[in-house]
Amino acid sequence: MIKKVSKHIVQNEPLLFEQSSPGKIGYQLPALDVPPVDAERALGKGHVRSEIEDFSEVSEFETLRHFTRLSTWNYAIDLGLYPLGSCTMKYNPRVNELVARTEGLAWAHPYQSEELSQGCMEVVAVLEKALAEITGMNAVTLQPAAGAHGEFTGILMIRALLEARGNPRKKILVPDSAHGTNPATAMMVGYAVENIKSNERGMVDVAALAKSMTDDVAGLMITNPNTVGVFEENIRKICGVMHDKGGLVYMDGANMNALVGIARPGDFGIDVMHLNLHKTFSTPHGGGGPGAGAVACVKELTPFLPSPRLKRDGNLWRWNYDLPQSVGRVRAFYGNFGVLVRALAYIMAHGSNGLRQATMDALLNANYLRTLLEPHYQIAYKAASMHECVFSDDRQSPMGVRTGDIAKRLIDYGFHPYTVSFPLIVHGALMIEPTETEGKRELDLFADAMISIAKEVEDTPELVKTAPHNTRTAKVDEVTAARKPIVRWKPEPTASKAAD
Amino acid sequence: MLATIGLRSEEELIAHLPADVRFDKRLNMNDGVSEFEIVDYFKNLAAQNANGYPSFLGAGVYNHYRPVLVDAVVSRGEFLTSYTPYQAEISQGTLVSIFEFQTMVCQLTGMDVANASMYDGSSAVPEAAMMAVRITKRDKVLVARTVHPEYREVLRTSTQHQGIPVEEIAYAKNGRLELDDLKKKLTDQVAAVIVQTPNFFGILEELKEIATLVQSKGALLVVAFTEAVALGLIEPPREADIVVGELQSFAISPSYGGPYVGIIAAREKYIRQLPGRLVGETTDSAGYRAFCLTLATREQHIRREKATSNICTNQALLALMATVFMSVYGKQGLRELAEHNLAKAHYLAGKVKCEFDTPFFNEFVARTNGKSPSQVNAALAEKKIIGGLPLGRFYPELKGAMLLCATEMSKRDDMDTVAAELA
Repeated sequence: MIKKVSKHIVQNEPLLFEQSSPGKIGYQLPALDVPPVDAERALGKGHVRSEIEDFSEVSEFETLRHFTRLSTWNYAIDLGLYPLGSCTMKYNPRVNELVARTEGLAWAHPYQSEELSQGCMEVVAVLEKALAEITGMNAVTLQPAAGAHGEFTGILMIRALLEARGNPRKKILVPDSAHGTNPATAMMVGYAVENIKSNERGMVDVAALAKSMTDDVAGLMITNPNTVGVFEENIRKICGVMHDKGGLVYMDGANMNALVGIARPGDFGIDVMHLNLHKTFSTPHGGGGPGAGAVACVKELTPFLPSPRLKRDGNLWRWNYDLPQSVGRVRAFYGNFGVLVRALAYIMAHGSNGLRQATMDALLNANYLRTLLEPHYQIAYKAASMHECVFSDDRQSPMGVRTGDIAKRLIDYGFHPYTVSFPLIVHGALMIEPTETEGKRELDLFADAMISIAKEVEDTPELVKTAPHNTRTAKVDEVTAARKPIVRWKPEPTASKAAD
Repeated sequence: MLATIGLRSEEELIAHLPADVRFDKRLNMNDGVSEFEIVDYFKNLAAQNANGYPSFLGAGVYNHYRPVLVDAVVSRGEFLTSYTPYQAEISQGTLVSIFEFQTMVCQLTGMDVANASMYDGSSAVPEAAMMAVRITKRDKVLVARTVHPEYREVLRTSTQHQGIPVEEIAYAKNGRLELDDLKKKLTDQVAAVIVQTPNFFGILEELKEIATLVQSKGALLVVAFTEAVALGLIEPPREADIVVGELQSFAISPSYGGPYVGIIAAREKYIRQLPGRLVGETTDSAGYRAFCLTLATREQHIRREKATSNICTNQALLALMATVFMSVYGKQGLRELAEHNLAKAHYLAGKVKCEFDTPFFNEFVARTNGKSPSQVNAALAEKKIIGGLPLGRFYPELKGAMLLCATEMSKRDDMDTVAAELA
């Protein structure tokens, strides 16, 4: 039975361009207090455009109504559990939005003088210190814009260190359970990628790793807990294998929310890692960004961090650009500062005990769901789950129902689906991460929905395979979208003739 | 819940962690604090910054008014707290807004296709360079010295291990790219020539001439921009093969350098070489128009080490801010906004000594007449005004000059004060 949702009326809405009327406006500029300038005379005739062809023209209220209507077509954490594994969709405290908009912070220009930027620089310094403490690392850069950007930064640093030692080496090892960004990143830093297979417990096979670890290997990119939600219990041994042969260990910190306050990568042998501030530290995902991918590293890698770095000069913070060993800049300015403010506010609100408690609650919620769902779905690996649990569709696929179908049916029950078909090492994966901010009531509703779907798979598999049934937009044809890509609106040829 | 799991205490949840990896101490930081204390803390930090000072800084980050509707829209939880729209049936709001964003970026830039956004303008530059290398199967990249200096740094950092040598092209006495230098360096190994317009000095480059030259040698022309407001008025870079840029000007506060939203747009034939997310139009099973993420086979989660880029996020919420901004201003408003910027900057430029006598939009290089740029800025700071960017840091030969920017937010009185200080 579907308990969480009922149908209700949803507004239809055309594209902005389709409701545009020539001459309509939704803005007003102040009266010009200087003489107007003739554009053609100032810029040259060839440099002035006649108009922005087909650009929209709507009123202020039409703009607001347009986007409000669109918003009602979205699912969001604010509406309910969003159990995307690896994505950490937790509550986004609204005070973080407020403080990020504080005028002196939001309107600070990156090139205003250091004397007039001390507040911003203090935010950077305090957050760097907090993240170093949480990860057990020596230093942190906040410059990378996202997780994958952090990976790129970290592997660049590994390469720079190895170059300084005389040989950058040729390969990066990546477990077969890794996020796709890991191998893509290694390539961008000029490394070949060698996959390491996981063992029957979903963990890195230490013997296989040792065999692959040669003098050609620069490092290993490991996710811990890994993408099946399991803590790599041999992590110290793994780091040892790498270090013994002069390699380094990069940790993808996508799952750091399972470790904060209970284990520190810097203590268990990791050399450099990123943190997704938009996951572990709860800055909003916003439909796909902005994020921030802070990178933390051990002392030996610190000289290679991106430029600039903060330094203390008497009572002032300064930016230091004199960093001869730095890998250089990975983006303009100092990072996604507005995201950093939110992450710091999150850390302050939780404090030392609160951060650890958030981790414990995330583990509790994931293990609670695992317990409720294990009788109905095949758990991928028996090993203990941390913050997420991964099932396979092995029990459902004989009925012709795959993980993607179950996901779509979950939508009818009022939930966003889990992560579908990832990690790749699990056949037909269902990757479920509830996060710590869900209460028992929402978790029970979710488990009920999943159990009810498992029963539907046995009784009425077609119902599941043809889902979703209750959404405003029915099943979307993604194949045609890719075959004949239409990635922008264009006026109908007849309509533009009529306008002429 | 613990009982359901079969545990007696919460600590048993982590009992399986090896003892030698456990952190059994307390993190060395304060206890959690209240909402009031958090707000107060950031208010106090903000008070250590310039607060409400009129500013004449541009250089890639611009002070433009943010229409109130922008925050009204992006504060809606349905936009703020949703994820990347993988599940199209319950993400149509985000998907439609991105489709509109992609369309508007094409309309502004004169390109055929645009992606769902990039981290920022700077990181879009190396992505364009790598795209050009894939398309032309050549390896060298030329970049004008009039491209934002930090964008050039990012280009170097990002391409250094991919066998893509980067060489810079000088600028001429008029502040534009030096055509002779370009001709000299434009060999048949060059995959892309990257220029910026308006360039870092605010000056419009002569794209037609550059494009003819570059494309006749089989290289691609990549045009970058940092001041999107200019596109309301100036001829878009229709000659380009790839356009990259920064839309911070469209309702995204300067926020000490980020987050912003970059764009990458290109000619239709290069669509499968674009990095990052793309939204496409299709239908649902009932036959109605619908949208979804598309051409994912370019991306890292499918192709792994063979992907076009390692990028997996875009900047959706900021792209939404820019889209709302473009909707509020519309066709007429963007032009009028650009005209105001032009008028303000030309008013200020008319009162000071300019380094270059070449058409510019809302930024220009001013000489500081005997005083150093930092002396000028210090004097302005006394009057609670933020002056221009001293250029010596990026262009040693211009150490006696600053880059000034005026926008629709610049008031005449303040401009008079700046001009007097520069006199």
